[in-house]
Amino acid sequence: MYPANTTYHRAGSVAEAVQLLGANEGAKLLAGGHSLIPAMKLRLAAPSALVDIGHIAALRGVTLDGGSLKIGALTTFAAIASNDLVNAHAPLLAEAAGVVGDPAVRNRGTIGGNVSHGDPASDPPTALTALGASYNVSGPGGDRSIAASDFPTGLLANALQDNEILTGVSVPTLAPGAGSAYVKYPHPASRYAVVGVAAIVAAQGGRCSSASVVIGGVETTPTRASSVEAALVGSDLSDGALDAAAAALAGDFTGDAMSDIFASDEYRRAMAAVYLRRALGVAAGRTG
Amino acid sequence: MTTRVFSSGIRRREDPRLITGRASYTDDIKLPGMVHAAILRSMYAHANIKSVDTSAAAAQPGVLAVYTGADTEGALNPIPCAWLIPNSDLKTPAHPAIAKDRVRYVGDAVAVVVAETRYQAEDALEHIVVEYEPLDAVLNPKAAAEDGAPQLHDDAPNNLAFTWAVAGGDADAAFAEAEVTVSDVITLPRLIANPMEPRSAIAQWVGATGELTLWSTSQNPHIARFLSSVVTGVPEHRIRVIAPEVGGGFGSKIPYYPDEAIAAFCSMRLGVPVKWTETRSENYLATTQGRDHIEEVEMAAGADGRITGLRTTVYAGLGAYLSTAGPGIPTILHGLMYSGAYDIPNISGVIYGVFNNGTPVDAYRGAGRPEATTLIERLVDLLAARLDVDPVELRRRNLIPKFENGHDVVTGLTYDSGDYEATLDAVLDAAGYASLREEQARARSEGRCVGIGVSTYVEICGLGPSQVAGAVGFQGGLWESAIVRFHPTGKVNVMVGSSPHGQGEETTFAQIVAEEVGVDVDDVEIIHGDTDLTPMGWGTYGSRTTAVSGAAVTLATRKIKDKSRALAAHLLEAATEDIEYADGRFFVRGSPDQHKTIQDIALMANVAWDMPEGMEPGLEASAFYDPPNFTYPFGAHLAVVEVDTATGRIDLQKYYAVDDCGVQINPMIVEGQVHGGVAQGVGPALLEGVVYDEEGQPLTGTMLDYALPRADSLPDIVVQSSTTPSPHHPLGVKGVGEAGTIASTPTVYNAVMDALRPLGINAIDMPLTPEKVWRAIQGAKNGG
Repeated sequence: MYPANTTYHRAGSVAEAVQLLGANEGAKLLAGGHSLIPAMKLRLAAPSALVDIGHIAALRGVTLDGGSLKIGALTTFAAIASNDLVNAHAPLLAEAAGVVGDPAVRNRGTIGGNVSHGDPASDPPTALTALGASYNVSGPGGDRSIAASDFPTGLLANALQDNEILTGVSVPTLAPGAGSAYVKYPHPASRYAVVGVAAIVAAQGGRCSSASVVIGGVETTPTRASSVEAALVGSDLSDGALDAAAAALAGDFTGDAMSDIFASDEYRRAMAAVYLRRALGVAAGRTG
Repeated sequence: MTTRVFSSGIRRREDPRLITGRASYTDDIKLPGMVHAAILRSMYAHANIKSVDTSAAAAQPGVLAVYTGADTEGALNPIPCAWLIPNSDLKTPAHPAIAKDRVRYVGDAVAVVVAETRYQAEDALEHIVVEYEPLDAVLNPKAAAEDGAPQLHDDAPNNLAFTWAVAGGDADAAFAEAEVTVSDVITLPRLIANPMEPRSAIAQWVGATGELTLWSTSQNPHIARFLSSVVTGVPEHRIRVIAPEVGGGFGSKIPYYPDEAIAAFCSMRLGVPVKWTETRSENYLATTQGRDHIEEVEMAAGADGRITGLRTTVYAGLGAYLSTAGPGIPTILHGLMYSGAYDIPNISGVIYGVFNNGTPVDAYRGAGRPEATTLIERLVDLLAARLDVDPVELRRRNLIPKFENGHDVVTGLTYDSGDYEATLDAVLDAAGYASLREEQARARSEGRCVGIGVSTYVEICGLGPSQVAGAVGFQGGLWESAIVRFHPTGKVNVMVGSSPHGQGEETTFAQIVAEEVGVDVDDVEIIHGDTDLTPMGWGTYGSRTTAVSGAAVTLATRKIKDKSRALAAHLLEAATEDIEYADGRFFVRGSPDQHKTIQDIALMANVAWDMPEGMEPGLEASAFYDPPNFTYPFGAHLAVVEVDTATGRIDLQKYYAVDDCGVQINPMIVEGQVHGGVAQGVGPALLEGVVYDEEGQPLTGTMLDYALPRADSLPDIVVQSSTTPSPHHPLGVKGVGEAGTIASTPTVYNAVMDALRPLGINAIDMPLTPEKVWRAIQGAKNGG
């Protein structure tokens, strides 16, 4: 509850934030603070300096730019969950953002901080990976974009280079007629996902034309359920077809499994299959 | 009795300050020159301390002192246990405020840093170097009592703190003759009390006067003063303990802790006020926990379902040291309650109090009674299943019939009054039991897993007759006292020795005074929580405050009324026996317009211009109330759950509570107590429990892992009540603080097990977390 000593810097712009990160070895970015501050209070994190980007107005808000939504890194979960553009064009993300933590967390926690922290049991990264989102990054070497699926490199590790800042998220708009669902099994204490399933299915002429299925909470990074997707495409999305697709999941878990006192890895995998089937049912019901 | 003032229409006067953040808690207090302590706690569950090097810490910025067990040894007496249960071979190993040679749980104090700021103190903690020699640890209370287990205390072989037995009738004969028996092993998980406010203490030693003032998050400041004196050696009359606003305790703020002794020690060494406030993480390590029982239990019955016997063997984890009331909880407050609401002629129980390498265990809301009620109600359900009798019908066959003035049970207690079947009927009515069973049958035919749980309970509260307290080894009395003081304007202060901390007695005690002498409720202010301002009392716990302290308030107010009648007679020139009282007025019989109001009386008594011969001035009275018996509230609860068989997740869909806590002073507050109590009892059934790894490291160290019930864990709770007055209490009050907690654990547990019974599942340890339930279902599918 008593963080170690640190120094505080407030950045007025992304460029200044990048410069401050470079000038302060061991500095951490502070946005909503909902992952960093608790870790500091427990002295699990003791950054030498904090660079507060929370006042950079340009990093906040949602716009529609051609075929994708641009969501500023500082946009809160609550703002995303209630945003008309997100609900119209990426309802999966609105659904996931709306079940993060509790209202207090959703009112302060930011999408950029969430994605950068990369908790494997958090909801938005699962949804963003399923949506084929990309993350916009600024750093000493300029700007670049990283696909959501390439972003996590391990437990709480990501593809950001030194002194790079995640400035926003680009989310392709959902194809007309596609159905999506985020279905979550929340941990009773932390409210993180024991299992979170993001599913998108599109149908043409009664057949599944494309599918994107990603599962969070089971492995140290979001799991793309490629076997499930393959089983879905071309199927008629009937209950039997969804059962068969869900049954294909087991082969998709190849990474490091998560396990804790509430849910063993075996239980998580079993629950992933259950929640996957439920998510597929909801998503299929939303097509057309 | 009129119910003019006893009603729900009166809101809790505590709430405006509490819910607007205007209340002042211990940690809000800032004294001139105050410095801050932080305590280094053992990271090992069991280890020898080879060395403690404080030199680097002492050199950190702002650090005033660093003390270790070598400093406090001799300066502070060991932290005492205050419930020395007799006839149990009780061992009381020393509990040093700061460990010197050995640590026995993760959280044991090893050193303290005092610095100008809390941050400096916390920073310096990281510079203390402790060399440990780790030892094997043991947490499971049964395993701890087995041969070969790691030993915590040299003077407690096999980690046994005590072996205590309860017996009535001839249980062995009952089992030998039984037509049917059922048995079970029940685990009551170790629980964290989780008050909103963590513990805090400020010690202010003034060397020039030899006076120690302790601000403390205590449920019982007078006991804290007494034990502070024992530990620090400062005489009791020079110690003042103030419990300012206290943000809940649930029993965890009853004990006298090492931490307040350490704060006092630091202040006495440094001559400045020292504040220590625990963090939430510290609260999870160093504040006493509850339950931690393993209960091997069996019930004997006739083929007709009449219960003939109950036998138990209970392993009660006590943690690493005996806390203030630790030994009394699993014995007096548990074993003596083995009858529950039933006529059980033969009972025998053995309770092993076992040291283990965990945080010390003490009272937690319900304290012993949820552990008793759960085992009884579980066995009754198992018996019903065995005999294929509806569990409600089986209960009816065994309930103690209605009684109004005393019923002896074989454990030696005399229940005060009860109408157990009436509350059972009421809860069945409220819930629509017959149609619930029909719905359940329909659900089962659809493959859904729906369960209904019913539980009755009787609890012992209103603790209690002091003679009994002495007989059962409690190192204090259990009476309460009150002073009622009328000011010249007719306004009233009431000083009580109990120490409410959220229960609402500032409101209900004012209602008592208003009820008795007709003043407005708002004209009565209750003062509590300061040993210099209040008369002696033993504190707020065990659902005793309204029952015992409230009785003292009642009796003191009745003395006021007697004096007022005599003074009115004098002023009205009538004989005292001709003065009648109604609605705040004392009047001459037959002439209601010839009257004096209580305010008239208060003014005259205070100015004393015209007093009768021999009457003392002033309008103030004190009363000491030592209850002649405990009180025994009771009730029946019902829950409906549905289990998702694919996941093991449990949906608690409906909850009904019918409680009888005697006469209710403020039914709204009663309802609130039931609500909170039910929620806290649902916790261990479905969610809560401390988990340690094999080395004794707690894995539920934060609220991210320790699952408390939340609003969305609970359905709307239907609360009803009946009123069976306590025959021996001046107001007929019994107490309600723990009722919900006692009833809801077995009610919800039984509901889940009822849901799972068609699958052939009869036992899963609490808490019923989804993976455990899912594994049981998988096992039943595969094996059965």
